Amino acid sequence: MTQTAAETAIGHPNAVAMAFFFVFISITLAITFWAAKRTRTTEHFYAAGRTISAGQNGFALAGDYMSAASFLGIAGLVSTTGFDGLIYSTGWLVGWPVVLFLIAEPLRNLGRYTFADVVAMRMRQTPVRIAAALGTLATVTLYLIAQMVGAGGLIRLMFGFSYEHAIILVGIVMIGYVLFGGMIATTWVQIVKAVLLMSGALLLALLVLLRFHMSPAALFAAAAERYGDGVLAPGKLVSNPLDAVSLGIALMFGTAGLPHILMRFYTVPDARAARTSVFIATGLIGLFYLLTFILGFGAMVLIGPETITAVDKGGNMAAPLLAELLGGTPFLGFIAAVAFATILAVVAGLTLSGAAALSHDLWVSVVRKGRADAREQLRVARLATLALGIVAVGLGITFKGQNVAFMVSLAFAIAASANFPALVLAIFWRRYTTAGAVTSMATGTLGTLALIYLSPTIQVDILGEGSAWFPLKNPALVTLPLSFIAGILVSFLAPEPEASAGFTRLERQTHLGTVAE
Amino acid sequence: MPTVDSRLADLDRARWRMALTLTGATVLLYFGFIALVAFGRPILAVQLMPGLSLGILLGALVIVASWMLTWIYVRWANTVYDPQVQALMEPGR
Repeated sequence: MTQTAAETAIGHPNAVAMAFFFVFISITLAITFWAAKRTRTTEHFYAAGRTISAGQNGFALAGDYMSAASFLGIAGLVSTTGFDGLIYSTGWLVGWPVVLFLIAEPLRNLGRYTFADVVAMRMRQTPVRIAAALGTLATVTLYLIAQMVGAGGLIRLMFGFSYEHAIILVGIVMIGYVLFGGMIATTWVQIVKAVLLMSGALLLALLVLLRFHMSPAALFAAAAERYGDGVLAPGKLVSNPLDAVSLGIALMFGTAGLPHILMRFYTVPDARAARTSVFIATGLIGLFYLLTFILGFGAMVLIGPETITAVDKGGNMAAPLLAELLGGTPFLGFIAAVAFATILAVVAGLTLSGAAALSHDLWVSVVRKGRADAREQLRVARLATLALGIVAVGLGITFKGQNVAFMVSLAFAIAASANFPALVLAIFWRRYTTAGAVTSMATGTLGTLALIYLSPTIQVDILGEGSAWFPLKNPALVTLPLSFIAGILVSFLAPEPEASAGFTRLERQTHLGTVAE
Repeated sequence: MPTVDSRLADLDRARWRMALTLTGATVLLYFGFIALVAFGRPILAVQLMPGLSLGILLGALVIVASWMLTWIYVRWANTVYDPQVQALMEPGR
């Protein structure tokens, strides 16, 4: 039943994959053309004119969040380690309830385009905007590098393009979506991707289960029979419990601080729609991660870890190999096109949120002090998109062959320690001050970068030192509390009466937002 | 007779309590699972039926329970919080 690495069509140009790929590109470019005619103001460009429905935003949130890393990476991890991979499946989901309970509605009621709108609302604009933009750009850049490098390798494996060509192709298509179609095009690319990804994963899981009398337990039992009962229980991946907790904190609270996710809440008409959209997104993402249980163990039993790692060391080809085995080359082609769509949707969302930080937070609010007219705002937003897109391609090529997997968890760590504490304190704490917000965001960003540099991830894995000064692979366990403490302490030491007075206005606006606009 | 402002403040506190309680529940749920992964390996290895280990079942339940928690919040906000805030705000508009 198993196949060998030599028999797979992966790595060779695949006519079906190409066909699906061109259909996807044609459809999304048609959407972009349609969206471009509707993108006349910054409100359209950043927030799709606030016309996206709760259901649409639920799918778009899921499409924005589920990266190729989670589809291919987790399936691969489960197929090679068993239960250990499932720890990630749960970790990637549990941030969503936190987004709903603490962030989504206040954000929609209080801000316009970026999360900095909410933090800066009752503070002095310039310092807060700069600090928030730096936190956003740090998160977005790290995430983009990881996505671009992953994309280059993936597309090379699946379509047979060279790494550089793959990166440039992703860059051009993505810039096309965002530059011309703004948030409207980005939203629909994410919706199409979410539908494709969900149907691909569902179909694949169904084909796996058909071989096991539709019983997941029978599948897991077959895995245990072949590779031992150990694959159904925690293994050696979690050797240090503190590391697991620290990564958990980064995933849980980092989700609530990801700029490209937060930005999506401005696309719906009101807080109630924002709320419903998180419920829908959580359901979709949860279902998807449940499917990774089936896909991962399915690949383990039907393909075998040896074959999977022979095709790709990281195990990323587990799901595509499974598709090829169960549905032949056409299904492999479909899954390859889905993986490509997945990457495009995520990088488009990231680029748009980075462009918003550059143009809305830094240019319009800091440099022009809010005096830029509508035409200038839109022009700067598009220039920022172009610049960021080119930078993303450059970074993708620069980091070719580097181990960048840690950059995603680093991006989550910064989001959790810089963006999340500042947002929560700004929304819920009357005595929060400008100095407190800036200190908190700076502590979170710089602290995370410093501790990552001193961690085993950089010192041992990349620089080849014998040991690392800081023991944890992910610093969120230290940096998130540190950022909260810094923000609170500084706010207490130097009160800012104007900022506290502004809190009443903020409460009032939250209530007004609850009543339809 | 409590003023509109004080009743809004009460509602805010209720929303705060709800949000914090549910966040706490999510944190307990997930980090409880992580603690079991770290320290309870033998427990998670128990197979309830051939193939279905407690670890896999609990992992799936963490996902399902997280979604249930979001459902509880959405229901509360739609049926309790929104109507009450609207009732308080409408006369003033």
